[in-house]
Amino acid sequence: MRHLVHQCTAIIWRIKLFKHSVILLALLTPFVACAAEDIDLRSLREQIQKLEKRVQQTEANTANANRPVAASDNAFNPAVSLILSGTYGQLNQNPDIPITGFAMSPNHHGYSRSFSLAESELGLSANIDPQFRGVATISLAPEGSSSVENAFVQTTAMGNGLNLKMGRFFSALGYLNEQHAHAWDFVDQPLVYRTFWDNQLGDDGLQLKWLAPTDTFVELGAELGRGRGYPGTDRQDNNGAGAETLFAHMGDDIGISSSWRAGVSLHQTKRINAISTIAAVNNSFSGDSRTAGLDFVWKYAPNGNTTVNNFKLQGEYFQRSENGLLTYDTTGANITDSYSVTQSGWYLQGVYQFRPHWRSGLRYDQLNSGNAEVGAANVANVTGNYAYTPARYTLMVDYSPSEFARLRLQLAQDNSRKGLSDNQLFVQYVMSLGAHGAHQF
Amino acid sequence: MHTILRTTCSLSSNPLQLPFVRASASRIACLTRFRGREKLAPPLLRGGWERFGSNSFSRLKKLFVLIFALLALPAHAALNIFACEPEWAALAQELAGDNASIYTAANALQDPHQVQARPSLIAKARRAQLMVCTGAELEIGWLPVILRESSNPDIADGKPGNFEAAHYVQMLEVPGRLDRADGDVHAGGNPHIQLDARNYLPIAEALSARMIQIDAAHTEIYKKRLQDFKLRWQAALKRWETLAAPLKGQAVLVQHRAYPYLQEWLGFKQVGELEPKPGMEPSAAYLSQVLAQLKSNPARMVIRSAYQDARPSEWIAERAHIPAVVLPFSVGGNDAAKDLYSFFDDTIMRLLEGLK
Repeated sequence: MRHLVHQCTAIIWRIKLFKHSVILLALLTPFVACAAEDIDLRSLREQIQKLEKRVQQTEANTANANRPVAASDNAFNPAVSLILSGTYGQLNQNPDIPITGFAMSPNHHGYSRSFSLAESELGLSANIDPQFRGVATISLAPEGSSSVENAFVQTTAMGNGLNLKMGRFFSALGYLNEQHAHAWDFVDQPLVYRTFWDNQLGDDGLQLKWLAPTDTFVELGAELGRGRGYPGTDRQDNNGAGAETLFAHMGDDIGISSSWRAGVSLHQTKRINAISTIAAVNNSFSGDSRTAGLDFVWKYAPNGNTTVNNFKLQGEYFQRSENGLLTYDTTGANITDSYSVTQSGWYLQGVYQFRPHWRSGLRYDQLNSGNAEVGAANVANVTGNYAYTPARYTLMVDYSPSEFARLRLQLAQDNSRKGLSDNQLFVQYVMSLGAHGAHQF
Repeated sequence: MHTILRTTCSLSSNPLQLPFVRASASRIACLTRFRGREKLAPPLLRGGWERFGSNSFSRLKKLFVLIFALLALPAHAALNIFACEPEWAALAQELAGDNASIYTAANALQDPHQVQARPSLIAKARRAQLMVCTGAELEIGWLPVILRESSNPDIADGKPGNFEAAHYVQMLEVPGRLDRADGDVHAGGNPHIQLDARNYLPIAEALSARMIQIDAAHTEIYKKRLQDFKLRWQAALKRWETLAAPLKGQAVLVQHRAYPYLQEWLGFKQVGELEPKPGMEPSAAYLSQVLAQLKSNPARMVIRSAYQDARPSEWIAERAHIPAVVLPFSVGGNDAAKDLYSFFDDTIMRLLEGLK
């Protein structure tokens, strides 16, 4: 009997370890029951066993809840990704001949004849601490050099829709400017990006963005930089900022099937001794450069389901005014006089996913080199009006066997150079390994 | 999904519960949430433009109050929830009732892995107090952009406002090795946890606790609604399990590796997949191979989710003479799946029909 009571007490102690329902059970089980038959004890044991099982299950679930998420970007090691890309190009004309009327703009088309390795891009990103996140993109050029494409820190906890970036980053002006090359829908950038932003405007500086607390997406932002990227000429010996950018973006959904984003951007910089080579003569320009841009993108997918079919239409327009002094033939005649010109360019492109993993796209590019006002001293030396509209049609088809691989065929008829119609063919692969990137809209 | 949002909206704009201004403001918010499906302008605005001349000052004043209210809405609104997928919006609705204003990022006709980081999502996440998502890398292709661009520290990773349902259930198909040669595998395991109805109990418990943590003022409501949900859900589970008994042991072919949880719960047997590797398009040659295997190892039906391309499963169904069953996959995946209960009713009914 003593032994039995002891056993009962032990059982009750064990019961006390469990919560709620068990306590209820204990209360409902009077002591007298212990003195009674073994049957009661047995049923009690069975109940305890059941409860133990439940506790174990709960514990398993809790353990599951507390387990670390192995592949989260928050693991201490940064998320690492590597982009590998290469092309084969077949061109009728020498790609290095500059675009007519834009001899003073860069012409980094980014492709060449025959087989070539495109830039490989190594990306690292992670949260630095509860306040900051860091991102670096190192670009490895096929010739062997490496350069810092992006290296910035950004705040993560400012709240109130504010976000501050510091370092080297792609400007948020326009739509395509922030997208990395592996996310482009064509092998190369639109002509207006090549001539106005040297493909992509990246500067060293600060960016402050504010997202309005509205149901419609409204984002305002400003950037200050040293003017490192074209059209800036860097801050060689000056304090302060060398380039300023303002941008506003707006966007929303239309029904469940489509969504859009539109934007306005302003950029200004001071160009100091910007050298360009026209017909083996070095010219230099110093003056103000002001650019305004409009951009929009509209995406459609039936029911918002992009998996099977989807369509994207995007277009951008930029207009730039440059006012200052032009020095003709810096190493020879060296004649300086006023120079001002307003140039513009735009593109419109549509990309359609006609079946899962397969897309096709069409792009039209056009530039307007404007009518330059050339000071009297240089009228005979510098062409003011080229009377030519550079344009290009581009067609592409790409196949993405997975989210991480893309193979592309691109055909273009490039009439950006007067009298040099160029039929181009490209075959390209773009692949990414490592961290699963998230793509912007 | 639509119905749920509508319910939320009509409740939160109930003029009996809320002052006039807030009611109008939330009605506007609702119209926006429907993402343009309702073509009508808000009633106040409509009246405003038509009769602007007669009482223009008062109208103008109301308009300003309305605009102000719209901007100031987050300060007044009940719990502002951003749900990644419709099943979590539906669960949050069950647990918070009209105490929450819920926005759903993806609908059931979309692949939750392939959602676009739309501007509207960034705007909605900006004001969210609680983000309810699956986790387990399901949203890895778009949610990080939303979190970053919305600049809302309340819902950042690791904050109480960031709720991942996958943390509260036993994950299946956790890969032993991580190699993309195996297709689009997820390190945390298969993320389609919403297809095992039993998972909703631990998730509901955790989500309710999270709601209380964020919005302690309404603790009693959340507690009561959780108890109520658990009772109804347990009863429903019994009903579903009885109903689905004939599915036990039945051979089923799947288009995408999306159903281990459904299989674990209902006990059917998956005999093959139409995708050679998760996320990869089946080629004609591969489908022929699957068809050949079916001869020796027949299946009763081939299943796919509402958002998936119909062709692979239709191709197999036609040649193997088995039914192709389209499952709703989440709330709103078809007209019948209006809430969590009808979602599972419909899923089981369709599977049973596949046996006929």
